[in-house]
Amino acid sequence: MIAEHLLVLLVVLPLMAAPIAFLLPGGRWSWLVATLTSWAALGLAIAILLRVMAAGELSYALGGWAPPWGIEYRVDVFNALVALIVAAMAAAILPYALASVERDVAAHNHNSFYAAFLLALCGLLGITLTADVFNLFVFLEISSLSSYLLVSQGRDRAALLAAFRYLVMGTIGATFLLVGIGLLYAMTGTLNMPDLAQRIPEVQNSRAVHTAFAFIVVGLGIKLAVFPLHQWLPDAYAQAPAAVSAFLAATATKVALYVLARFLFTVFGAEFSFGVLPLKQILLPLAVAGVLVGSVLAILQTDIKRMLAYSSVAQVGYMVLGLGLASAAGISAATLHLFNHALMKAALFMAVGCVVWQCGATRIEQYAGLGRRMPWTMAGFVLAGLSLVGVPLTVGFISKWYLFVAAIAQQAWLLVAVLVAGSLLALVYIGRVVEVAYFRAGADDRVQEAPWTMLLPLWLMVLANIYFGIHARFTVGLAERAGALLWGTGL
Amino acid sequence: MSLVIAHYNYLLVIFLMMCGFYMVLGRGNLVRQVIGLNIFQTSVFVFYISISYVDGGAVPIAMSDVEVYANPLPHVLILTAIVVGVATTALALALVVRIKAAYDSIEEDDILEQDAGR
Repeated sequence: MIAEHLLVLLVVLPLMAAPIAFLLPGGRWSWLVATLTSWAALGLAIAILLRVMAAGELSYALGGWAPPWGIEYRVDVFNALVALIVAAMAAAILPYALASVERDVAAHNHNSFYAAFLLALCGLLGITLTADVFNLFVFLEISSLSSYLLVSQGRDRAALLAAFRYLVMGTIGATFLLVGIGLLYAMTGTLNMPDLAQRIPEVQNSRAVHTAFAFIVVGLGIKLAVFPLHQWLPDAYAQAPAAVSAFLAATATKVALYVLARFLFTVFGAEFSFGVLPLKQILLPLAVAGVLVGSVLAILQTDIKRMLAYSSVAQVGYMVLGLGLASAAGISAATLHLFNHALMKAALFMAVGCVVWQCGATRIEQYAGLGRRMPWTMAGFVLAGLSLVGVPLTVGFISKWYLFVAAIAQQAWLLVAVLVAGSLLALVYIGRVVEVAYFRAGADDRVQEAPWTMLLPLWLMVLANIYFGIHARFTVGLAERAGALLWGTGL
Repeated sequence: MSLVIAHYNYLLVIFLMMCGFYMVLGRGNLVRQVIGLNIFQTSVFVFYISISYVDGGAVPIAMSDVEVYANPLPHVLILTAIVVGVATTALALALVVRIKAAYDSIEEDDILEQDAGR
């Protein structure tokens, strides 16, 4: 009975838990509800992935209305993997949030904080599961509105302005998407993804469809923070509470990337995106610029959270590069990096959050001597940082490797050079923090290690970075299936 | 000219959209940006509503003597989008209130200047 409703349960569960978390008195109960919900969601996401791996594809007609008239939820290996990442990140970050949020967020806001967190989770999961493009827009707005709220809860008053700007940019992006969906509906009369995929080829030479494509790609580009539409991201990630930075960095841009891939390869089809329209010539230069500019700007930052945020812009560049290569190998590499980067960035932002929790240090020079004062936190930072650089035995190496292979297969030597340069630049900005933390004497002797409730999730992430770096067969296998699926037959 | 008249709804939408977009992008008063955002979104609502009209179509309520109806689905979609827009506006205005309390200003340049000094 429950098994057939798995897909919709994954979305309804956090949606139902959010008002409960809001109404409960005191932050701790809300936290408990949120955490248990996220664990249940993780269980559901794993169950869905296992079923999809066995059955290939699951479909669920919402309210019993048959697609394409009703809203359909449709899951293949690609979105099952993305849903798993989102649920897993929430499940790992919420335990961490208990201590972190107590210091970051005013006590009377705790229950609304966890309610917003659950709504963000609901929205992100909904985006990954739905096969209805308008439904996707609604979920995108649910997740975005709750993320604006979460970002605004940061310690500094600058968080308010960061949240406002994020809201303005995010709303423009979502409205662009809405225009694109409207044009598609006007041309095809359907909102269902597989149905759209069937009908678009008939009208693919009309200017309206080309315009729809442009609006959708630009709108998603804003949400994805692809260079040069990334301006909102550094402020938002730098000012948000630690748990929110970790969660959004690990999920929000990843889900936007998923949506972009879905539109490019499933709805419009690779032939249209890369054959009829010159998307490759647009995506690849932007991706390269994103990798280089993002990495260089990361090196120039003095605030460590801003540094990691700019690094995210660069990493988004890698993923867009994978999609822009327009091959099954490229899509698999992008999917793999989507999974792996979520692990790295969550770990890095969590480590930084531990330091902020202990001594409020956000500038890199304040990290002097922390290598000895907070050995576990900084060791976690170093390992996750090595993963970001792409050192063997970490997940960073695996996804960089597959990106290399995909680029070399097309003999795109310039892209290979950019990949190498990006890794070297990452080594510079991560190395700078390591140098300050381990080789400079710190002034403050009172700083202690972070509490175990924060260290445990952090190390869980760090160990995941190493585990999936060594036993890569599971993730690589899924990514390859997803790549073949998107490149080949579609949904 | 006939092309312009036949597609006047699109021209209106584009005009509204650009007005809103310009207001949002011009850095200045935060409330002005929220209003711009609203106009921007409203243009899309008008777009959806206008494409749902069918030539000679009646109001989409089942009646015995009518054959052609306007398409009701875009109206429903836009009802949802309007709700989303209201929520966005409410959140944006709430943020502006908090910004006003924290900075005693809603001019973006002024706020940035205050933060740059620290």
